[in-house]
Amino acid sequence: MRVMAQMGMVMNLDKCIGCHTCSVTCKQAWTNRAGTEYVWFNNVETRPGQGYPRRYEDQEQWKGGWELNGRGNLVLKAGGRLKKLFGIFASPVQPELSDYYEPWTYDYSTLIDAPLGDDFPVARPKSLITGEDTKISWSANWDDNLGGTSELGHLDPIVEKVRRESEDRITFEFEQTFMFYLPRICEHCLNPSCMASCPSGAIYKREEDGIVLVDQDRCRGWRQCITGCPYKKIYFNHKSGKAEKCTFCYPRIEVGLPTVCAETCVGRLRYLGLFLYDADAVTDAASTPDPQDLYGAQLDLMLDPDDPEVARAAREQGIPDDWIAAARRSPVYALAKKYRVALPLHPEYRTMPMVWYVPPLSPIVDLLREQGHDAEAPATLFGAIDALRIPVEYLAELFTAGDTQVITEVLNKLAAMRSYMRDVSLGREGDASIPEAVGMTEESMYEMYRLMAIAKYEERY
Amino acid sequence: MAKPPDGPASAALLRTGRFFTRWDETDDGRAVFREGGRRGDVFYRDRWSHDKVVRSTHGVNCTGSCSWKIYVKDGIITWEAQQTDYPSVGPDRPEYEPRGCPRGAAFSWYTYSPTRVRYPYSRGVLLEMYREAKERLGDPVLAWADVVGDPERRRRYQQARGKGGFVRTNWTEAVEMVAAAQVHTIKEHGPDRIATFSPIPAMSMVSHAVGARFTHLLGGAMTSFYDWYADLPVASPQVFGDQTDVPESGDWWDSTYLMMWGSNVPVTRTPDAHWMAEVRYRGTKVVTISPDFADNTKFADEWLPAQAGTDGALAMAMTHVILKEFFVERRVPFFVDYVRQYTDLPFLITLTPNEEHGGLVPGKFLTARDLGDEAPEGAWKTVLIDAATGEPVVPNGTLGDRYSESGEGRWNLDLQGVTPALSLRDAKLEPDAAEVLLPAFAGLNGDGEVLRRGVPVTRIGDRLVTTVFDLMLAQHGVGRPDLPGEWPAGYEDAESPYTPAWQAEITSVPAEACLRIAREFATNAEESGGRSMIILGAGVCQWFHADATYRAILSMLLLTGCMGRNGGGWAHYVGQEKCRPITGWISLANNLDWSRPPRTMTGTSYWYMHTDQWRTDGYRADALASPLAEGHLSGMHTADTIAQSARMGWMPFYPQFDRNPLDLADEAQAAVDAGTATDVNDYVVQRLKDGTLRFAIEDVDAPENWPRTLMLWRSNLFGSSAKGNEYFLKHLLGTHSNAVAVDGEPAVRPKDVVWREQAPEGKLDLLVSADFRMTSTTLLSDVVFPAATWYEKHDLSSTDMHPFVHAFTPAIDPPWESRTDFDLFHHVARKFSELARTHLGVRKDIVAVPMQHDTPGETSQPGGVVLDWKRGDVEPIPGRTMPALHVIERDYTAVADKLKAIGPLADRLGFGVKNVTFDLSKALDILARSGGVFDSGPAAGRPAIDTDSKMAEAILTLSGTTNGELATQGFHTLEKRVGKRLADLAEGSEEKRITFAQTQAAPVPVITSPEWSGSETGGRRYAPFTVNVERLKPWHTLTGRMHFFLDHDWMRDLGEAMPIYRPPLDMSRLFGGPRLGDNGEREITVRYLTPHSKWSIHSEYQDNLLMLSLSRGGPTAWLSREDAAAIGVSDNDWIECSNPNGVFVCRAIVTHRLPEGVTFVHHAQERTIDVPKSEFSGRRGGIHNSVTRVLVKPTHLIGGYAQLSYAFNYLGPTGNQRDIIATIRRRSQEVTY
Repeated sequence: MRVMAQMGMVMNLDKCIGCHTCSVTCKQAWTNRAGTEYVWFNNVETRPGQGYPRRYEDQEQWKGGWELNGRGNLVLKAGGRLKKLFGIFASPVQPELSDYYEPWTYDYSTLIDAPLGDDFPVARPKSLITGEDTKISWSANWDDNLGGTSELGHLDPIVEKVRRESEDRITFEFEQTFMFYLPRICEHCLNPSCMASCPSGAIYKREEDGIVLVDQDRCRGWRQCITGCPYKKIYFNHKSGKAEKCTFCYPRIEVGLPTVCAETCVGRLRYLGLFLYDADAVTDAASTPDPQDLYGAQLDLMLDPDDPEVARAAREQGIPDDWIAAARRSPVYALAKKYRVALPLHPEYRTMPMVWYVPPLSPIVDLLREQGHDAEAPATLFGAIDALRIPVEYLAELFTAGDTQVITEVLNKLAAMRSYMRDVSLGREGDASIPEAVGMTEESMYEMYRLMAIAKYEERY
Repeated sequence: MAKPPDGPASAALLRTGRFFTRWDETDDGRAVFREGGRRGDVFYRDRWSHDKVVRSTHGVNCTGSCSWKIYVKDGIITWEAQQTDYPSVGPDRPEYEPRGCPRGAAFSWYTYSPTRVRYPYSRGVLLEMYREAKERLGDPVLAWADVVGDPERRRRYQQARGKGGFVRTNWTEAVEMVAAAQVHTIKEHGPDRIATFSPIPAMSMVSHAVGARFTHLLGGAMTSFYDWYADLPVASPQVFGDQTDVPESGDWWDSTYLMMWGSNVPVTRTPDAHWMAEVRYRGTKVVTISPDFADNTKFADEWLPAQAGTDGALAMAMTHVILKEFFVERRVPFFVDYVRQYTDLPFLITLTPNEEHGGLVPGKFLTARDLGDEAPEGAWKTVLIDAATGEPVVPNGTLGDRYSESGEGRWNLDLQGVTPALSLRDAKLEPDAAEVLLPAFAGLNGDGEVLRRGVPVTRIGDRLVTTVFDLMLAQHGVGRPDLPGEWPAGYEDAESPYTPAWQAEITSVPAEACLRIAREFATNAEESGGRSMIILGAGVCQWFHADATYRAILSMLLLTGCMGRNGGGWAHYVGQEKCRPITGWISLANNLDWSRPPRTMTGTSYWYMHTDQWRTDGYRADALASPLAEGHLSGMHTADTIAQSARMGWMPFYPQFDRNPLDLADEAQAAVDAGTATDVNDYVVQRLKDGTLRFAIEDVDAPENWPRTLMLWRSNLFGSSAKGNEYFLKHLLGTHSNAVAVDGEPAVRPKDVVWREQAPEGKLDLLVSADFRMTSTTLLSDVVFPAATWYEKHDLSSTDMHPFVHAFTPAIDPPWESRTDFDLFHHVARKFSELARTHLGVRKDIVAVPMQHDTPGETSQPGGVVLDWKRGDVEPIPGRTMPALHVIERDYTAVADKLKAIGPLADRLGFGVKNVTFDLSKALDILARSGGVFDSGPAAGRPAIDTDSKMAEAILTLSGTTNGELATQGFHTLEKRVGKRLADLAEGSEEKRITFAQTQAAPVPVITSPEWSGSETGGRRYAPFTVNVERLKPWHTLTGRMHFFLDHDWMRDLGEAMPIYRPPLDMSRLFGGPRLGDNGEREITVRYLTPHSKWSIHSEYQDNLLMLSLSRGGPTAWLSREDAAAIGVSDNDWIECSNPNGVFVCRAIVTHRLPEGVTFVHHAQERTIDVPKSEFSGRRGGIHNSVTRVLVKPTHLIGGYAQLSYAFNYLGPTGNQRDIIATIRRRSQEVTY
């Protein structure tokens, strides 16, 4: 066992309001400069939707992440090292500017400088790449709030997949509307395929906290990492010719400050904390044959910091006591492993991503409303999980490689928490059978409630 | 090695590498451990470095009031991030950190952006004229007079407005021009021809107050914003007698049933939305009501997609259920006790015959005067029946107790042992039953019908009476045995208003859902002690009949005992920013320390009249009347109703008379001196009666009645709130426009307002604005001042969404030639005073103001009866039957000196709000000691407020919420009137005084004060009216209770005596033009809805590159896929939305999130960014408000009657816009600019 520490993040999608404050504060702090105009280290996608860059989840096209070869071994989906070496000068498989978007600005100064004419002056859009007039037709957030989704939503790779597998499960009709937001940063994976793709060895994972970085001196701009990353969270700076990516705000993390995206999240849905994991077991876990078992395998990698054996091994590995203490009070560990409500994004990419998500609840469908449930019964204040507006299949494709059972269990826990807490809020005796039904105790349910609902600053980070 | 990687060849490759280098690695060799090599990280470390972090906030018209960290490096603002150090709200609830939103996070982009206004500008064509005239005449005022006195030159620069051609000028010249124009206007036309507009003081109190104060020193009219923005819920003054008072967002956490009704919290209350998301985890059910799948629907346990504008029908049906199941079939004691004590439900209403329809109709409140009480206050004491005795009783706490000597110590809600009979059937008497006639507006076209329903009645003296409760049951169709009339057969009866099945036909919400949610809502209130909350928003508030809809929704809360509770009640969140330190701000802004009263003006009627929108009304005011109307609005044009309201002293109108009020004052003095008039009032009345003096509104288009100068700061009137934008351009500014509306037919034209065949174009001599970015307003302005941003000045911020006051602090000095608003107005004031020495000197000004709410003036017109002196109903008596007249001495040479010091009226009269006056002697002493006094000049000995920091300090020191000495003192004062203990609410805070320095260090929680209706004592969250409920302090209404019934003549004539459903206006019927729906051509007519945008705060940020990059990059309209398909529109196609008011050119966003029949044109999209020429007009497409217009609802003009009395931004007609319809068509995709 080789115990290592990993900074992780949990985003509770059930609280995300889709405001994009995280994207803006991140961009202002890190990428509002020449060469990175189109770059959003942090972006927020409306789902269903194509994401940014377009259809990045379609690995048949983009070849990101890992797959198992015939012998059950992990290989980069884009090809092994030899293939990479031979193809190093060829254009790698990667999104073009049009898949991201052509960034633009406006001829603002005309508003002040326009000579006297016969109509209002107006600022026209100009391409930030060519400097010419442009017509805006795509962006990093084009389908925000289902804009254009009735026409383009079928291009969402997950919609494609769910539709393939279950007819009529997703339609873009007014009455069936559902949506949620998916904020994304670099996953700072335990098994980063970007790093494995880099011919220059410029990408590294920090030993002390697992943050994955691109060495700006060593990067030679081969762009293989862009292909390698299935989340398309490495970007090419077209001015410097180097790859850039989310740094997990290490200059802040190092001095005890949360990442910009986390601290500025007004939905208060981001949690930061340490995981302890067994580095020697990563490859095995990532090689788990059945993709639906990958979530479990990843969870197994996360070591219990309260286990004296783990603590001893960690100390041996040079992890300081205060880090072990931090791992013990880590909210991300609690949400991912203790309560098991946070799930990795696309475990089937086999990168062992370290940004975890609590899936969103969603309103009950009209169906339930028309069935005329008895409003007096407190249990029916909340909808049944199987009647939620967001198809469980959709969430399963995002977080569990299609295993709907896990999603349902998580959503049941959230719903149970609400039912249980309703009695408490109304000054009544808590009903112990509710947490029991989802495998929790009253105490653990109340703790989870405090962490998710009250979520004080010092408990989130 | 556990498992070989990729394959043999790769393994070989790895082995080769390892041969050359040694490193630690994992057992499987897949990960290697190396040291060093982190020099490449320096780049990001360098980027994350700064010299200082400064606390400031955003003075934008949202209710965030978020505290931000501004990062500065090398004297340059780099970016911002939210502060997280709000004082804790307690261990068991979420905190306010980290308040903010993406718009605020993008603000620093403006600082150095190419749209920043760096220098003063004026349009070359005007500047040349002015320079030439000044060169010739030598005097700035004469030069200005020369330019504007020449019709040819005047038209030339007016027609150039908005068309580019700016040239740089300098501060000295720009200020001189503005001051000269103001001096000239006062001299030639009168100070009430000067208008200024700056909204939302809470978003930067000092910046607002300094300009308002300057305006009032001149005698100019400050136009309102809250009602003009249609953010004012008129139902609030109607029901509560209060402008708006709402819970802080932290109180959502106390709710156990939360409805969001037309309020898209994640978008419009972004920093607060987390409370809504989080309270669900406590087991609170969340329900949304919105026509579209709005952002907040994502969080909802249930979504009721009511058709746009039909919310009133749903609320009426829910109230039907609540009344039936919780008041009739079962009587919930918690509810019944509550409504008896805190609402007007037990009060008696007289029933009067209606000849035309042959039946009884609800008339007026029975008063003590009807019982023989001859004291003046008897007319203001309403009556109920003691259930135990069956006898009429006048309870404590009615308006009759508020100002009278007899009411001292009795103005409270203590029932003193009386159990009011809710229904006459509850009382020890044997009521008869009678049929009453009630109006209903159930049809789609809004036509009224008459319902016949029965109530128990009894006779008191010669009056036949029933209770408001009995009438409410009748109104809602809740039958009881043995009552006459026609009643719904049951919930399934779709024919009879207001059943669940009836509403389903209108709203599309299934009857079963309506029924179930109503039950859940009320059951929760019963179980939780009133912790059902309804968050209300612009989706309901900005309709023409929003007040009726709000009253229908409020009924649900009033009936279930939810008002005045933590976690319960209404939470109206539409632009209701709360200046927590209200007394200091409002008194300094209104210049109450130097002269009283100020001229304050209702914005909606001002712009409706002065932009000549009234001329294109296609209908008369009585088109909206009840079939049971008594004719008070018969034959009147809406302009007539405004004129009548003005002359009766209900609402203000400026200019006030067709004369310069300075000259009028001289004439009056001469007449008094000559003995032909006893006093000024007598002189004015004489001249009004003989017709030699007229109200300006009666010939509003006459040149002597035009507004002449308009100054805008902290505002973007022409790019944002100007409903009927194109009319503003044409008539007010005289430049080109896209409006094609035609004059109303002669038959519908006004009777009391002169119709001039030729509508004037270009009323305004001068438009001035101050801004830091280029907007539609700056583009149109004659002079543009470069304003400091929010990161470049000292100021104060507060909101009602959180309980804190905090500061703006400059992160950098104002760059280039920009200046703070504070400096701007002081600069203008100095120049003005200098020019005034030659041209104005000391003058007397006659100021006409309406009867004011929360003053004895609200008891001037008893009974809510329309008595018009002009029609001979009564004598014109200033302050009773017509506006009050005040003579104010204006030393125009001392304006600058007065602006910078607190005047003597602060000592002599004190400051006050809501009829609580504070003695300021201690507070003023503190200010004199801390900020110093002037040693000479007109302000000698007066406390200085000559810097923005000192003014901020003064605002804090002169308010109860921020000065505990005043809070306690105010409560002691109030205790005498109320006769109940109150001062303990602020006890322990006497010594607490929040200083400006404290607000700069961190947000500071405020003190419980009589300025507001909620208690925060003991660290509880703010919820409105908790003091009323817990301490029995009356509401500021006629009965002293919350009102279901409004008995004013105009309310009754519009059919709105009680909560009622009124459908959206039938615009085709009122104005002609296309009807809703598909017309068979490649165009479609839809409801043109203008909700608030995710990517801007009004027009602010809609030009911000970050927000444009995250949105569609320019103006858009959202369309349902069905409507888009019907006219062949694909996503991102260019389309045009048009109607006779104008045109909006934009791109389409096609989505299944919207229902058919509506378009969402997000609010305040301007004409500055990517707006091409229109095919419709050939000119630049407009702003979102180019397609809208002002629609005035006459009942908003009522005054002089209890809670239906004027106060600035408190009551007035709303600038609603949601009833508008527009025709949409696909246009050529080749656009030209």
